[in-house]
Amino acid sequence: MKILVCISNVPDTTTKVSFTDNNTKFNTAGVQYIINPYDELALTRALELTEKNGGEVTVINVGLVDTEANIRKALAIGANDAIRINANPEDGYFVAEQIAAAVKSEGYDVIFTGRESIDYNSGIVGGLLAEILNLPLINVVSKLEIEGGIVTADRDIDGGKETVKVATPCVISAQKELTEPRIPNMRGIMAARTKPLKVVEPSGSNALSNISAFEMPKPKGDCKYIDAANAGHLIDLLHNEAKVI
Amino acid sequence: MPNFQPNPEIIRSQKQDLFEGPDFYQIDDLLTEEHVLIRNTVRDWVKKEVSPIIEDCCQRNIFPNHIIKGMADVGAFGPQLSVEYGCGGLDYISYGLIMQEIERGDSGMRSTASVQGSLVMYPIHKFGSEAQKHKYLPKLAKGELMGCFGLTEPDHGSNPGGMVTNFKDAGDHVILNGAKMWISNSPFADIAVVWAKDEKGVVHGLIVERGMEGFTTPETHNKWSLRASATGELVFDNVKVPKENILPNVTGLKGPLTCLNSARYGISWGAIGAAMDCYDSARRYAKERHQFGRPIGGFQLQQKKLAEMLTEITKAQLVCWRLGNLMDQGKATPAQISLAKRNNVDMALHIAREARQIHGGMGITGEYPIMRHMMNLESVITYEGTHDIHLLILGMEITGENAFM
Ligand SMILES: Cc1cc2nc3c(=O)[nH]c(=O)nc-3n(C[C@H](O)[C@H](O)[C@H](O)COP(=O)(O)OP(=O)(O)OC[C@H]3O[C@@H](n4cnc5c(N)ncnc54)[C@H](O)[C@@H]3O)c2cc1C
Repeated sequence: MKILVCISNVPDTTTKVSFTDNNTKFNTAGVQYIINPYDELALTRALELTEKNGGEVTVINVGLVDTEANIRKALAIGANDAIRINANPEDGYFVAEQIAAAVKSEGYDVIFTGRESIDYNSGIVGGLLAEILNLPLINVVSKLEIEGGIVTADRDIDGGKETVKVATPCVISAQKELTEPRIPNMRGIMAARTKPLKVVEPSGSNALSNISAFEMPKPKGDCKYIDAANAGHLIDLLHNEAKVI
Repeated sequence: MPNFQPNPEIIRSQKQDLFEGPDFYQIDDLLTEEHVLIRNTVRDWVKKEVSPIIEDCCQRNIFPNHIIKGMADVGAFGPQLSVEYGCGGLDYISYGLIMQEIERGDSGMRSTASVQGSLVMYPIHKFGSEAQKHKYLPKLAKGELMGCFGLTEPDHGSNPGGMVTNFKDAGDHVILNGAKMWISNSPFADIAVVWAKDEKGVVHGLIVERGMEGFTTPETHNKWSLRASATGELVFDNVKVPKENILPNVTGLKGPLTCLNSARYGISWGAIGAAMDCYDSARRYAKERHQFGRPIGGFQLQQKKLAEMLTEITKAQLVCWRLGNLMDQGKATPAQISLAKRNNVDMALHIAREARQIHGGMGITGEYPIMRHMMNLESVITYEGTHDIHLLILGMEITGENAFM
């Protein structure tokens, strides 16, 4: 079994977000980057599956050279090899196009993405990749087994779960409950030194969107206390001031 | 072989460890990508495995033996020794960072790792025969064998040269007599690297194995410090030790002192970990805790404490980074190591005391790690050469005058 896991490089969850250039650019000063947590779960599940059934796991990332620290971490966690497409990940379409071009003839049985990356949260790379490669997609998967070329996956749907079966090859996007993340061990870190990390140049396609401005959410207002005996006033405030009812 | 099963008595806390390490001078830029990966890996492991249990272990004086395997996996046991014998083959900066992160969790856990890596594996690696290295090192690296280091005696602490533990030649073996005190890991260790005098009064290192007749390891109780680390004695009553268990390649006090250099180096990093944990907890508390209508972090007196803590941590980080490079080049001198150990442990203890005050009454409880670190550091400032002894080493280095006696 050959599994591909798409990993993106995202700001650490404790980052204090700010913008520069008149709110058009994310301020990267002092920001630590991590593997997108959903992708890390996908990677861990991929390793669990290949440890059980045999096979190899490749990780792929669209990013410039500074993402290699996290690619090495993925190798330390246990991936067999890695591909970095040497380009800035402009938008979801660009990323999906680049990955598709690099892997279309490689015959992966399963391609994992995260359900979304926690920076821009578009959540579209998995879907676009499946479409471009003409593969089925199971989205937001919280449980996954593979046996005899058949994938059985639980996916979150409104108010419940749905169990889907599909034959490989397919694209899976990972949800939180898929598995527990794995901490690399020292042997893994040492082995990662010599695992192959192939760098390929991007192919022709361009991004379809660009960011014109960022805006921070408004700071939370002070909490107002209204006496329980005064429900009319509460309704009045919700209607006229907060405009939510 | 230690029992790796989780101890059902230990209660796991649900509280999340929110630690963020200060790096005010962007010292991460001086590290390699792999150093940062190692540091973050051990940090994640400590958050997951040590932080949730350590308070309970300390309060109730339990050594959490089930985490030995995890410690071995993250490379805490002899990471700086060679791959040939199943060790990590990493550099001294990596070793330091691992010690820093483990002590950020707890000095007792770091003590277990220091003893295993620097005081048991290191002397076997440096002074042992090939047979000894192959027999012990791979298992010690995996935590399948645990060791302890016997130098201190009831009547000889700062002055180990006065030791009375001794052995006599008896053909293919020697007969060992004496007692060691204050020995970390002794209650559960499978082997002990013991320093004892031969009939001519020359110090040698011997590997004593649990199970040898006449060898016992009574535990030391009622410590107020390092309560999650097991400490005990080593008692030798006519113990027959095969001659092949004597470390062949060193004689004299140089043996134990060389091991101490390696461990003291790790402690200088470890102390930064304890200091960072106290500082980080105080920083968060100062922002959250309101008195007189504003966060206490808004008062100058609290800001002074926090600013001085960060200053001292940053200085200590730079000292360790430089010392690590000297260690890697084989140029670090014992006096340089003394300076780092002495300075960093003292600064950590000072920070723990200041952080304790910032936390007010909460600072004395197990809700926060402060009091635990503070009590732990009282051992750290005493073992591996007391604060005074390191000063005397530096004094002698500066003046050429021996002020020990
Ligand atoms: C928790 C714990 C774990 C330990 N683990 C180990 C271990 O694994 N293996 C091991 O071998 N040992 C271990 N030790 C022992 C430790 O190394 C000794 O406690 C330390 O060396 C000090 O010795 P001492 O306690 O006998 O104090 P002493 O040497 O009696 O010192 C008492 C005081 O006198 C001062 N003093 C001594 N000599 C001088 C001098 N010449 N000039 C000025 N002042 C002086 C000291 O600084 C100190 O303040 C451990 C200790 C503790 C507390």
